[in-house]
Amino acid sequence: MTSVHALRCLLGIMKREYLRFLNQRERFIAALVRPLLWLLIFATGFRAILGVSIIEPYETYIPYEVYITPGLIAMIQLFNGMQSSLSMVYDREMGSMRTLLVSPVPRWYLLFCRLLAGTLVSILQSYAFLLVAALFDIRAPALGYVALLPALIVTGLMLGAMGMVLSSMIRQLENFAGIMNFVIFPMFFLSSALYPLWRIQESSDLLYRLCILNPFTYAVELIRFSLYLKTNGAAAAVVVVAFMGFAAIAVYAYDPARGILSRKGTGE
Amino acid sequence: MSIHDENAVLAIAGLGFSFGAKCVLDSIALTVRAGEFKLLLGPNGAGKTTLFSLITRLYDSPQGKIEVEGNDLKKNSGQALRRMGVVFQQPTLDLDLTVRQNLMYHAALHGLSSVRAKARMNDELDRLGMADRADERVRKLNGGHRRRVEIARALMHEPKLLLLDEPTVGLDVPTRRDIVDHVHSLSRDSGIAVLWATHLIDEVRDGDSVFVLHQGTRRADGPLADVLEATATATIADAFDALTSGPGT
Repeated sequence: MTSVHALRCLLGIMKREYLRFLNQRERFIAALVRPLLWLLIFATGFRAILGVSIIEPYETYIPYEVYITPGLIAMIQLFNGMQSSLSMVYDREMGSMRTLLVSPVPRWYLLFCRLLAGTLVSILQSYAFLLVAALFDIRAPALGYVALLPALIVTGLMLGAMGMVLSSMIRQLENFAGIMNFVIFPMFFLSSALYPLWRIQESSDLLYRLCILNPFTYAVELIRFSLYLKTNGAAAAVVVVAFMGFAAIAVYAYDPARGILSRKGTGE
Repeated sequence: MSIHDENAVLAIAGLGFSFGAKCVLDSIALTVRAGEFKLLLGPNGAGKTTLFSLITRLYDSPQGKIEVEGNDLKKNSGQALRRMGVVFQQPTLDLDLTVRQNLMYHAALHGLSSVRAKARMNDELDRLGMADRADERVRKLNGGHRRRVEIARALMHEPKLLLLDEPTVGLDVPTRRDIVDHVHSLSRDSGIAVLWATHLIDEVRDGDSVFVLHQGTRRADGPLADVLEATATATIADAFDALTSGPGT
């Protein structure tokens, strides 16, 4: 594969994802409404109950809705990663995945293109959410929106790769609802998205340990620190390592010699 | 070591495949040459789709070898896949995209430039009488037209080998006939090697080669006349019955 071929392939896959995204406006609206409900209703209701002390990266006391905004961005990407994997399961069931897999391009590269395309969609959704949040006076430093971009790329890739691993484990579309319940919600709640980890530790050491083991926690923290122009090397390292781990499993799972396609044996 | 047949576009030797303990294909050897139209005949469950999945590298087998124009599918998969156009049994078009968007997506996966892709798309759609439907969503097309688009798509990158897995299933008789005729003329006029899997024996034409697969084993392989002679039958229907009536070997 030449570099020109690789670029054409990447652009082709991204264009297809973009066209599908345009065709699914309700997906975009749902992706926006979900975090806005949390931000404008849940956070407003809970701001009086859940006080947040001064913790890094914040330099002062902050309202609760400011605290949960990075967590909600990570939630957008988490849902998008799952949505992409759902669409991979759909493509596999409907057959269009075959078109992709029989093209003369290394399979790892096809998966990477697909991952990058999904990540870009999640970044568009995240900035649309931040725009609406800004209209409600939930704002970060102006440069924070720029610093956020590289963080969103790596967190989006990590969550997308995780979705890809899940898609390789799902035999049929119907099983996906279970994954949503058993993966998305536990990951979201067992993280620092809705409450600082010290608060969880005060209540339960076990839950705190689970949060520490959850890669989603580090995605949230990386987004939070970047948005407030601070660095968090540990969070960045965990996110990058988790991305590489998930990506390696996804490539393994989609390998024709070992992977899901031959294991299933759905043909004659 | 390559499989020795200089004229072979597709050459398969010693290919076996199992799902767990169940043997689906056993020691398959098959060759398709340039300009040859070979029908892969077999009843449902014979192993045709599995064989297609192996040729297109959706599955991989530890036993045997597959080459496309001398390129080993395992060692040089990019070069082998580049030479193949595939029409799967299951429709694989994106229904919410237009014909043009589907074809351009395929062209991008094969690394065609935008100019080249447009020219190829126009040629293939013209040839299939679909040029005026390029901007319609695939969802609006009927089954026969969708199949034509899939054939056009498989030809976009000018493959040397065209694989079609039961491409006429579910289509009415005139549409089936049109598609069978079209692919025959492609093979004859453009020299493309065609492997056409079907269980519909009325799709066999004089001059075709047939490969009969039954319970994962080869039952016959050669020009239609030779197969009729070997089975002492007058029609392919009788030959097919004779070859697929017994248990697998």
